[in-house]
Amino acid sequence: MTELSLDGRDGSELISFRIGEQEFCVDIMAVREIRGWTPATPVPHSPRFVRGVINLRGAVLPVIDLADRLGLGTAVETARHVIIVVQIGSRIVGLLVDAVCDILSTADHTVQKTPDLAGDHMQNFVKGLIAIDGRMISLIDLGLVLDTHQAEAA
Amino acid sequence: MPMDPMDAIRTTFFIECDELLAQLEEGLMAMEEGSADSETINSVFRAVHSVKGGGGAFGLDPLVRFSHVFETLLDQIRSSQVEPTEAVVATLLRAADMLADHVSAARDGGGVDEARSEQIAAAIMSHTIGGSATGAYEPEPAEIEGIDFKPQMISLDLPAAEPAADFDISALLASAAAEPAGEAVANDEEGGWVVHFAPHASLYAKANDSALVLRELASLGEAVITVNDEALPTLDEMDPAGAYLGWTVRLPGSVPEDDIRDAFAFVDEDCDLEITREGGAQAGPDIAALLAGAADPAPSVDEPVDLLSSLLQGAVEAPAAAPVAVAAPPAPDKPFNLMDLAPHVDELTQSAPSAPAPQQAANAPPAPPPPQTIRVDLDRVDRLINLVGELVINQAMLAQRVMESGAGKATDVNLALTDLELLTRGIQDSVMAIRAQPVKSVFQRMPRLVREVGEATGKRVKLVTEGEGTEVDKTVVEKLSDPITHMIRNAIDHGLETPAEREAAGKSAEGVVRLTAAHRSGRIVIEVSDDGRGVDRVRVKAKAIEKGLITADAQMTDEEIDNLIFAPGFSTAASVSDISGRGVGMDVVKRSVQALGGRITIISTPGQGSRFSLSLPLTLAVLDGMVVTVGDQTLVAPLTTIIESLKPRAGDVRPLGPNNFVLKIRDAFVPLIDTGAALGFGKSKFDPTEGVALLVESEVAGQVALMVDHIQGQRQVVIKSLETNYRPTDGVAAATILGDGRVALILDIDGLVTAHRKAPPRADTLAMTG
Repeated sequence: MTELSLDGRDGSELISFRIGEQEFCVDIMAVREIRGWTPATPVPHSPRFVRGVINLRGAVLPVIDLADRLGLGTAVETARHVIIVVQIGSRIVGLLVDAVCDILSTADHTVQKTPDLAGDHMQNFVKGLIAIDGRMISLIDLGLVLDTHQAEAA
Repeated sequence: MPMDPMDAIRTTFFIECDELLAQLEEGLMAMEEGSADSETINSVFRAVHSVKGGGGAFGLDPLVRFSHVFETLLDQIRSSQVEPTEAVVATLLRAADMLADHVSAARDGGGVDEARSEQIAAAIMSHTIGGSATGAYEPEPAEIEGIDFKPQMISLDLPAAEPAADFDISALLASAAAEPAGEAVANDEEGGWVVHFAPHASLYAKANDSALVLRELASLGEAVITVNDEALPTLDEMDPAGAYLGWTVRLPGSVPEDDIRDAFAFVDEDCDLEITREGGAQAGPDIAALLAGAADPAPSVDEPVDLLSSLLQGAVEAPAAAPVAVAAPPAPDKPFNLMDLAPHVDELTQSAPSAPAPQQAANAPPAPPPPQTIRVDLDRVDRLINLVGELVINQAMLAQRVMESGAGKATDVNLALTDLELLTRGIQDSVMAIRAQPVKSVFQRMPRLVREVGEATGKRVKLVTEGEGTEVDKTVVEKLSDPITHMIRNAIDHGLETPAEREAAGKSAEGVVRLTAAHRSGRIVIEVSDDGRGVDRVRVKAKAIEKGLITADAQMTDEEIDNLIFAPGFSTAASVSDISGRGVGMDVVKRSVQALGGRITIISTPGQGSRFSLSLPLTLAVLDGMVVTVGDQTLVAPLTTIIESLKPRAGDVRPLGPNNFVLKIRDAFVPLIDTGAALGFGKSKFDPTEGVALLVESEVAGQVALMVDHIQGQRQVVIKSLETNYRPTDGVAAATILGDGRVALILDIDGLVTAHRKAPPRADTLAMTG
């Protein structure tokens, strides 16, 4: 699992991306590749945030609409959307986001603890905040994002 | 998960046991047919012996005790003391079954039927000369080195073994040391081989057995084997797991060196091994003189040693340049001290390769190498197969793109693409062949089953197998075992008559069960046929009526009645027998076969027998599918489940309750399922007359009609797991990738039906089975 400590390891890198007006990031070590949007095949009886499955060189992997997952509304996919392919444990999953922004190093930036905001859905998935050039980037806990069982309960 | 090294060895041992047991069974079957030669008997003996040796290393006492008794009888057969009569072979076959039980008990930690084991052991001993297995039998090194170390001289029952008492090993070692000198002589005649073999303790720890190696060497030609027990410490200093014995083996020069090396293939890392060639006839030391000298208790004499040493020195320094100098090494007619020679031996072994190599090349014509095999982790093969599947899809996509780009058929790009396609197909076939295995491994288990079932039912049965070399994907092979076991049990228990009945019917008392495998149009067809009484249709029908499977007035063809035996909950045996009635009937067989994308049918002729025919795909990695459209989605339905497809007429679809429909097909009503709605693709309106109905056979509810929008066609698709990265989904068996690179879902008919159905009346659906 991508256990990124809150105080930050030296040299640990993050990849940041945008959903709507907000910026998020994940540990770069979990990222396998970044692809353009390809239509996904819907899978019956799936939660709404699972857009379906796509073919990645022979592997069939689910695509998660991260906007929907974080409670930011459903993404209306366009050719400009990208899929960040991440590996968590033995699973490979695609995350649908608006755009990829940057690569950050935790050595240069401090990860702060997420302030306690009661009742916010997104808070479940954010395990820290990074301030950079006046922007705020939320560090996503991938383990929770991919936990579809918990998702159904939520 | 890290594996304890001992566990890993244990695992290997049991894998080897399986192979040895198969070899044993095969050999015994040959003996039963009377087609066994001495090599077969040897291989049978070796198999049991190896199982015993390994068992000893792991302290598997019951296994070792039983195999020891077994081995003793085989040894006597091997040495022609006991004639392998029919009765003896029958006992051996039962013993082989018992040994297999012992092995699996040792592996899985269960117990064996002690009484049966004792009984069979007693039966074996009754054939054994002396009646007792422990009598004159000398324990072999495997046991000694393994668990039960006794410091005692070993006399191997190998040809021309020298009596140890009259023999001084140092003499032989010395002569061995002398032979590279002879090697340097320009000599056309080849000398004999001298092999020094001193196992390390690790050799035995890996469940290898030096006796097997020696026996292998002895089988290459006339071997003279002597033991070197110099390193044997006194009893109190001895490590029970240690290895103290070494051997010197002399073999004729005509034996190819590769064959000698092959004998050490599994142990060469765990022993000191020296293979050297003696000089030619004129130059070689006079062995008889040596032996005579060896018997002479005179102490070491310095002179010959010095002389020899200087000669050796010369050979080392100028093996090619000074052949004359060593033209006639004096045959040492007096023993000398081995220790004096030791330093030279090392030098010689290092320098030796330069001289003997050309001579060997000239004298020993290379034997054709046996087909070599490697063991590969199945995961790696699967990964390769996945990648190749991907390559095929990618190649198809590339071809499509090139076509779309408007390049002509005869352009260079297209020609290259055609080559690529051929290559890709070739790679795919080769990769699939890696996983292909002969069905032999399953067929081999059947003789035992036939013996046991025959014994239990009091029927005389002969099993005839054909096509056991037929290859099919490994996963399919594994899944074949259960259905075949069941069909054979069924054939013997229900199909064959008792010997008395058979004779009354004018047949031979011994029933014949045939088990055959063959490739037929891209599938493997397994047939189990018997020459028994055939299906008793009157009884089958009565039974089906009694069980409420059909109505009393149902009109059925013979074929339909025969196929009733596959109906759930059907069993014709008057009493639930121990043989067939293990809680499952032929319906379970049918279900498991269908789950593999196969079909099973029965053809029966009253009085002449029945034939079960089982057809399966050659691989579970691909599937023959019907590609259909539902809403805007493309889905694949497994072709094997589809009986027919039809366009329903408006009048044929009747509502049943508020949400359900049934479809009238000829005179029966079957549940109609809207596939799109069942999968939650939510179509606005359900209009059956617009689409196509697929009449499918489901395991849970008999026949069911699935509504789809269009049929695109039939295609072979590669099966991809949905669970690897996502999760199992109701109604979806797996996914596949279409030519355009998109994912399509493969329908799980039963999942779909289960999710939808409100248990339809069974009799109605079954009345149409067939």
